[in-house]
Amino acid sequence: MITRDLVIIGGGPAGMAAAISAHENGVRDILLLERDQYLGGILNQCVHTGFGLEYFKEVLTGPEYAGRFIKKLSAVPAIEVSLKSFCVSLTREKEITYIRPGALERIRAKALVMATGCREKTREMTHIAGTRPAGIFSAGLAQKLINIEGLLPGREIVISGSGDIGLIMARRFLLEGAKVNAVIEIQSTTRGLLRNVVQCVEDFEIPVYYNHRISRIRGRDRVEAVDVVKVDEKFNDVKGSDFRISCDTVLISVGLIPENELIEMAGGMPIDGIFQCGNSLRVYDIVDSVSKDSAETGRAAAEYLKNA
Amino acid sequence: MLKKITCIECPLGCPLSVEMEDCRVIRVSGNKCPKGIIYASSEAENPARFLTSVISSRGLSLKMIPVRTDKPIPKSSLAEAMKEIKRLTINRPVKTGDIIVNDFMREGINLIATRDCV
Repeated sequence: MITRDLVIIGGGPAGMAAAISAHENGVRDILLLERDQYLGGILNQCVHTGFGLEYFKEVLTGPEYAGRFIKKLSAVPAIEVSLKSFCVSLTREKEITYIRPGALERIRAKALVMATGCREKTREMTHIAGTRPAGIFSAGLAQKLINIEGLLPGREIVISGSGDIGLIMARRFLLEGAKVNAVIEIQSTTRGLLRNVVQCVEDFEIPVYYNHRISRIRGRDRVEAVDVVKVDEKFNDVKGSDFRISCDTVLISVGLIPENELIEMAGGMPIDGIFQCGNSLRVYDIVDSVSKDSAETGRAAAEYLKNA
Repeated sequence: MLKKITCIECPLGCPLSVEMEDCRVIRVSGNKCPKGIIYASSEAENPARFLTSVISSRGLSLKMIPVRTDKPIPKSSLAEAMKEIKRLTINRPVKTGDIIVNDFMREGINLIATRDCV
């Protein structure tokens, strides 16, 4: 089995920053595994502005922010990037199995950085009752369909939750010519950044229902409507406050959870020589902080290799 | 007249108080940095936003190429600008920052690509 000094799983902002920093701190054998066909991770579908203000002191879109790191990383021959490479198993001995087109690879890492990002919470996790028709998407999936695939997944939208991706998608759908009928938030304030409430929802006079939740999704083949109910401060339904909003699409934007399936497969942290960074460690509000912190993780991995 | 707005220049989202006289901004408070004052003035007098979207491509590696205006454009012209973008197709490789449309919507504002595409 081939042994590599440092393996990084995930080629998004966290993995790229860790790789560059590890190299700057003396690591000369780095393998970066990315499951997609491009580096950049979720930034590639975040075509809106708001990135880089802290890190680059200018306003950038997601692809531009990613592009700067891709450029820097590509200029370092010691960092080998393996695209379309999906890790299927990890052991406590840091043995990694991954598939890439035409091959099943097994390697051992002296040090390993996990930069696998996070996943969106699903409808099931928020316990929305009702039928299971077509037209229910996580906000991030809708974002991918519109911005990467060029497909508009619906014409009349209701958004469950006021997370940043949901707010961003409210504006995105609207600009694409769809109607956004409501944003429904169970809490009394937004989960997202205030700036996103202003420029994505208030700018377009989209109604936001705070202290409300979707109690039922209706529709047989396709979403037809949602039932909405007001909740009190203990999140109990206020009887008789139900009303119905018609729509053909429901977006779920109720938060993110770190992706740690491989770590769990290896029996959980801590594991000697394994480091975590970015959204797989904790969910960040802004990518600038991910880049900054992940560079620290790359440095820590380099330190570990020096002492190993 | 006193206007309350939220600054959108950075993730802090400062609550700004904007004092207006004859549709002009005379004082801004609540800002934690100088950007807040500039934002408040433009927001109160002529609100503008960066427009970001995607343009479909033909014969290139990406189906959709992300674009943005290189300066904020008036909020009132966002919908019209989107109609313009929908009419466009890109059929040659682009680099990040390449101008897709010169003088987009108005003089001095360009529509630029935000991702490399071969």
